[in-house]
Amino acid sequence: MVRLLRFDAVQRFVHWINALLFGVLIFTGIPLYFGSFFGVLFPRHVIQEIHLWSGIFLPLPILVSLLGPWGHRMRQDLHRCSYWTRSELRWLRTFGRERITFDKFNPGQKANALFVGAGIIIMWATGYILQWFRFFPVSWREGATVTHDFFAFAFFVIVAGHVIMALSHREAMVSMLNGQVSEEWAEKNAKEWADEELPAK
Amino acid sequence: MVDESAVNGAKTPVGRRMFLGLLALGAAGVAFGASVQNFVGNKLGSGLASLLPGGDHFRIYSITGTYPSISTAKYQLKVSGLVDQPMTLSYADLQALPSIEIVKAFQCVTGWRVPNVHWKGVTLSHILEMAGVHGDAVAVSFESYDGADSESLSIDQAHLADVIVAYEMYGATVSREHGGPVRLVVPEMYGYKSLKWLSGIRVMDEQLVGYWEQNGYPVNGWLDGSTGLTNPSPNLS
Repeated sequence: MVRLLRFDAVQRFVHWINALLFGVLIFTGIPLYFGSFFGVLFPRHVIQEIHLWSGIFLPLPILVSLLGPWGHRMRQDLHRCSYWTRSELRWLRTFGRERITFDKFNPGQKANALFVGAGIIIMWATGYILQWFRFFPVSWREGATVTHDFFAFAFFVIVAGHVIMALSHREAMVSMLNGQVSEEWAEKNAKEWADEELPAK
Repeated sequence: MVDESAVNGAKTPVGRRMFLGLLALGAAGVAFGASVQNFVGNKLGSGLASLLPGGDHFRIYSITGTYPSISTAKYQLKVSGLVDQPMTLSYADLQALPSIEIVKAFQCVTGWRVPNVHWKGVTLSHILEMAGVHGDAVAVSFESYDGADSESLSIDQAHLADVIVAYEMYGATVSREHGGPVRLVVPEMYGYKSLKWLSGIRVMDEQLVGYWEQNGYPVNGWLDGSTGLTNPSPNLS
């Protein structure tokens, strides 16, 4: 049985480091937002420091993996997320009702990746304004607070959706652990990519 | 038909545009989020808006990591320092004094803001008048039951008509997490000046540099654009 490499070691490593950081950020963000939770496990300033430092380091794994000589596959997949066909757009607009053959990632996955990428930059920038607020006018601080909260909520929904989808698509999820998918899976879920990878067929 | 499928198959950098669009949305959020929040807050009322992410919403801070717990029965406010009549006021004593109610926005220096917060309490100037402030007093300092926070106002600032020792918030005793049963409210300044869990008022001949000021916040925490006093405390800004 032919197995295809969906994610190389660099991608898997970055994914799980990211997942860890997101987990920490969400679990420290909740008590920071809902003040009444705090003090249950740690005092607020400890939670605040953990949230701050996880946030500062959040973009690092992705940047290092994209920019380094080891980032060949990261860059390739980023390129796939950047370029869309019209039918992919229609698929997204109709919430998947239109039947299309999928690229390595379906339009929902591409949109998710783009959101996470842009969202990290937004959270980082607004978090910076919240932490070093002295350098910014009050209206920016207020705007940064609103934006940070809004995107935090969006991230919460998106991460929850991502986890639910992963748990209900076992082979796709396992490929984030061992990197591989079967040919059958690829033919069904990522036809165009499968055709690229198996040109002889 | 052939043309159609060629167009459908052609790849355009839509993803890049989505990415940049999201970044633009984030930047717009920073630039206009404050006005959007005020608009939505006014439409919905702060009760409903507080349920939305990023809505009007108190963030509860504490220096020590816990909230002091003081019952109204045990509460005591000590007034001391350069006064003719040092005194200790109970919660009931405060309630018996002439009260005022104010409705003001609560603005935190870090960027969140809750509009239309209802407070009831005794003006600080009334308490100072009762105690009889000495002529050489220049400032009033405040102590908290948390044992860590401290604040101060110049004597002029302390006499502003809307600086109150608040014992009710939204019509009920100020809750523990909001600094109850009694806190200071200085609506023309950033929230850190409104010391929580107020335990003592001391009239002094110098202005104390409070906890947050030692951590870099301005001693005169006027809200931007607030008028207040024209030159509140020239040697301390």
